[in-house]
Amino acid sequence: MFEAVLLTVITAATPLLIAAVGELVVERSGVLNLGVEGMMIMGAVIGFAVANQTGSGSLGVVAAVVAGMAMSALFAFLVLFLVANQVATGLALTILGIGLSGMIGEAFIGVPGLDLPQLYIPVLSEIPFIGPVFFQQDALVYLSFALVAVVAYCLFRTRLGLVLRAVGDNHGSAHALGYSVLKVRFMAILFGGACAGLAGAYLSLAYTPQWVENMTAGRGWIALALVVFSSWLPLRVVVGAYLFGAVSVLNLHAQALEFDIPSQLLSSLPYLATIGVLVLISANRRLTLVNTPACLGKPFVPDR
Amino acid sequence: MRIELVKRKEHSRTMALLSPLIAVALTALSAAILFSITGHNPLIGLYKFFIEPLTQQWSLEATIDKATPLILIGCGLAVCYLSNNWNIGAEGQFVVGALFGSALPILFPSFENVITLPLMLLFGAIGGALWALIPALLKTRFNTNEILTSLMLVYVAGLLLDYLVRGPWRDPDGYNFPESRIFSDAATLPEVFGGAMSLSAPITIIIAIVLAIVLAKTLKGFEIRVMGESPRAGSFAGFSAKRLTLFSFAIAGALAGLAGTMEVSGALNQLLPSISPGYGFTAIIVAFLGRLNPIGIIIAGFVLALSYIGGEGVQSAMGVSNEIASVIQGLLLFFVLACDTLILYRIRMVSRRVPTGETSHV
Amino acid sequence: MKRSQKEIKEKGNEHMKSLLKATVAAVAFAAAGSAANAADVKACFVYVGPVGDFGWTYQHDQGRLAVEEKFGDKVETAYLESVPEGPDAERAIERFAREGCNVIFTTSFGYMNPTIKVAKKFPDVKFEHATGYKTADNVATYNSKFHEGRYIIGQIAAKQSKTGTAGYIASFPIPEVVAGINAFLLGAQSVNPDFKVKVVWVNTWFDPGKEADAAKALIDQGADIITQHTDSTAPLQVAQERGAHGFGQASDMINFAKDAQYTAIIDDWAPYYIERVQEVLDDKWHAGSAWDGLAEGHVVMAPYTNLPPDVVEMAKATEAKIKGGWEPFTGPITKQDGSVAAEDGVTLDDGAILGMNWYVQGVDDKLPE
Repeated sequence: MFEAVLLTVITAATPLLIAAVGELVVERSGVLNLGVEGMMIMGAVIGFAVANQTGSGSLGVVAAVVAGMAMSALFAFLVLFLVANQVATGLALTILGIGLSGMIGEAFIGVPGLDLPQLYIPVLSEIPFIGPVFFQQDALVYLSFALVAVVAYCLFRTRLGLVLRAVGDNHGSAHALGYSVLKVRFMAILFGGACAGLAGAYLSLAYTPQWVENMTAGRGWIALALVVFSSWLPLRVVVGAYLFGAVSVLNLHAQALEFDIPSQLLSSLPYLATIGVLVLISANRRLTLVNTPACLGKPFVPDR
Repeated sequence: MRIELVKRKEHSRTMALLSPLIAVALTALSAAILFSITGHNPLIGLYKFFIEPLTQQWSLEATIDKATPLILIGCGLAVCYLSNNWNIGAEGQFVVGALFGSALPILFPSFENVITLPLMLLFGAIGGALWALIPALLKTRFNTNEILTSLMLVYVAGLLLDYLVRGPWRDPDGYNFPESRIFSDAATLPEVFGGAMSLSAPITIIIAIVLAIVLAKTLKGFEIRVMGESPRAGSFAGFSAKRLTLFSFAIAGALAGLAGTMEVSGALNQLLPSISPGYGFTAIIVAFLGRLNPIGIIIAGFVLALSYIGGEGVQSAMGVSNEIASVIQGLLLFFVLACDTLILYRIRMVSRRVPTGETSHV
Repeated sequence: MKRSQKEIKEKGNEHMKSLLKATVAAVAFAAAGSAANAADVKACFVYVGPVGDFGWTYQHDQGRLAVEEKFGDKVETAYLESVPEGPDAERAIERFAREGCNVIFTTSFGYMNPTIKVAKKFPDVKFEHATGYKTADNVATYNSKFHEGRYIIGQIAAKQSKTGTAGYIASFPIPEVVAGINAFLLGAQSVNPDFKVKVVWVNTWFDPGKEADAAKALIDQGADIITQHTDSTAPLQVAQERGAHGFGQASDMINFAKDAQYTAIIDDWAPYYIERVQEVLDDKWHAGSAWDGLAEGHVVMAPYTNLPPDVVEMAKATEAKIKGGWEPFTGPITKQDGSVAAEDGVTLDDGAILGMNWYVQGVDDKLPE
């Protein structure tokens, strides 16, 4: 029972985790991209379409990543090169993504999807309890953990991460030291787009293998909240994503177990919980000040 | 060769006027391309989308009806954004305002007299302001990111409305269907100009004009702009960032709440499980399209409303899918944002050999 | 290689030319005023969701397409999709009335008051509102007896379930959904009096992810049959994945769950739409309230699959019995609180079913207030 619930939580949390880790890197570089939802839904539709046309789930995943990156490149062009307002551009990206995905997806409505194969890691997956939970998932679940590990390592243990954080914390100094602020940000934005596209592919190829309009249903926004929730620390994103997944899944279990609470209250719990944790974390000044990218949302134009 | 941006010494007035026109032209061009690749005639599409709604009285009225809440919410958001407060939860403030405003006609249906409507509008504004003050207080008190809290509260507000309409506020004579009782005449916003528009339209225009004057001519307006552009300079001038955060959120919430109440009282006449087709989010676009200037927002609200009405026009006449309207809106916003760059910067071609170090080439 | 490119170019030119011609003609046409309709009748549809939801709106649009196919040039159709309930709906309906639609189908409960409002302004236009209860001289209502299908799937569930528990994913506690849950359980109890149904309210008509999570939660809590009153195929896909079984909703979802779907309750609006448009053509249209089910073909059971022959036989027998005029809400029916809803042999009247706000005994849930 507990094992089964955990399995459900993992699938609910994975898309959030992937998209949030991507956005975390973007924000660490000092850019706020509110277009996660738009990039995610484009990843979902392109991933589904390509998988459907080619019969290959992996090609679908790759295409979704490319689609997410293409969307994010558009965003990068506006906010980096044209110094457009990041909040407005991100919102525009979401609107555009939802519209475009609907147009592209029209041909794929009512078509059953390709289910990504589950990877059974031999021997290990047969261990009771631990086996099914940890070693019997689809490839993207493992990938999400790898992604977190790599990002956490790169961010705090490598030069690349140091540069990225420097650019996000003080773009003036980073520039003066000779780092290309815009190049770093551009790369970070592309990475964020790739992750959002991947998260979309997870939705349309693994979570619910089908394409339907608006299937992201606000998950991109949740991913954004998780980044702040995590106070920009990759390992905390994992905690946040799983907590959020758990709260929304437990809500359904609570109902099936007949708790006498209005379902609307239960449905709003994940949002209230997010606000609560945001408050707890941000109230701790030392913690937030250390990790918040100081240049978040501020445009950078090199002087010449 | 590479292209780079050079900051202008001052805002280009020509570009300030030209850039929206360029943006609209580019949008029209992309829309035409979209129509042709989806197998529709681009000229008819453009005509139906951008021009036909302006040629008939009823569609003009519909455009005004649709623009009104967008403009009112957008004006409030402009105050927030000008002062660097990122309120993106206007949708929730709209809903909670509508709930407060509807409490009177739903809970006290027999309270019918001349002050019913003014009281409703007042409650609506208060409700919206209170809801907006939650993220504002969390920001000033705990330094919590207001973008996310205000957004999360949108979902909570929607569920609260849902709960009330399906539960305690359900119409007792409505066969258990999820809708409130229909408001009495005393609680209904009247129509003006011979039924051409709801009273909400003139109210909105007056508020926008007043706000424009406040922002341009008063100390408060100065404070808002200074704190937005340079909080440090503002604090030297004795302005308090925290107070301004509370103030701007309260104004934005109040206007969104007022818009919500006017929508419920004028257009819907009752509460339904969902009362807004995303006005609060669309208003963010309106605020930016209007360059955070109330007069600009009036125009932007009208243009955006036009895109909805036009989108329905092409859909019904040509069978174009609903998504095309949303793609065109997204593109319009992109082009406006991109073209606005020209106001502050000019584009210069530089030859490769100039060692510029960090450049913004793409 | 070269030649094919040239061909493409020529084709492109041709395409451009014909496009230009069409443009000129169309602009002239638009300038002349779009009053001239080639068709005798224009039938218009307002949808609450995208036509691609593969559920509620999809089925209505299938009905519209059936009308086009049946009448050919005689009838023109148009639709607006994803129209939010509220002022947008009023405007959409009014647009159709002004654009010369003779009959307008508004296909969501929330369109009720806007439909009535616009109908007052356009007495010569005929309006058809789905699932509501307000009518007027030019406003008819129509709905289908989906609960008839739910009784049948309840019986199948009770026969097939090993755990004796079904999971029910519900959208919103409106009478139609509550009646569906009750009919399902009454059907199940007619086979196994101890049968249990667990209900989860997801507060959405459409969110594949959430519906999938709900299905998983229900299976984890011991349900081996999943049914849903939400619109996506996700719950069935979960059933397929987990080796449980379920039923399609609104459309035949067998492609999504080859081994898991027993049958599906299909909304077939085509017969009604064709009938009503024919009446408009013949000038015989009258307002009324249509509420039909299996007998009239408005509710259709998809082929029974993955079932042993005796269960298929039972389902078909029940289907025939209902088509013969038997009402699933026939007593004895006991409410959840133990009070009697209908004495033995007494049938609930239409009003009681359409306004149902109580559970029958045995539902493992408390009705949200």
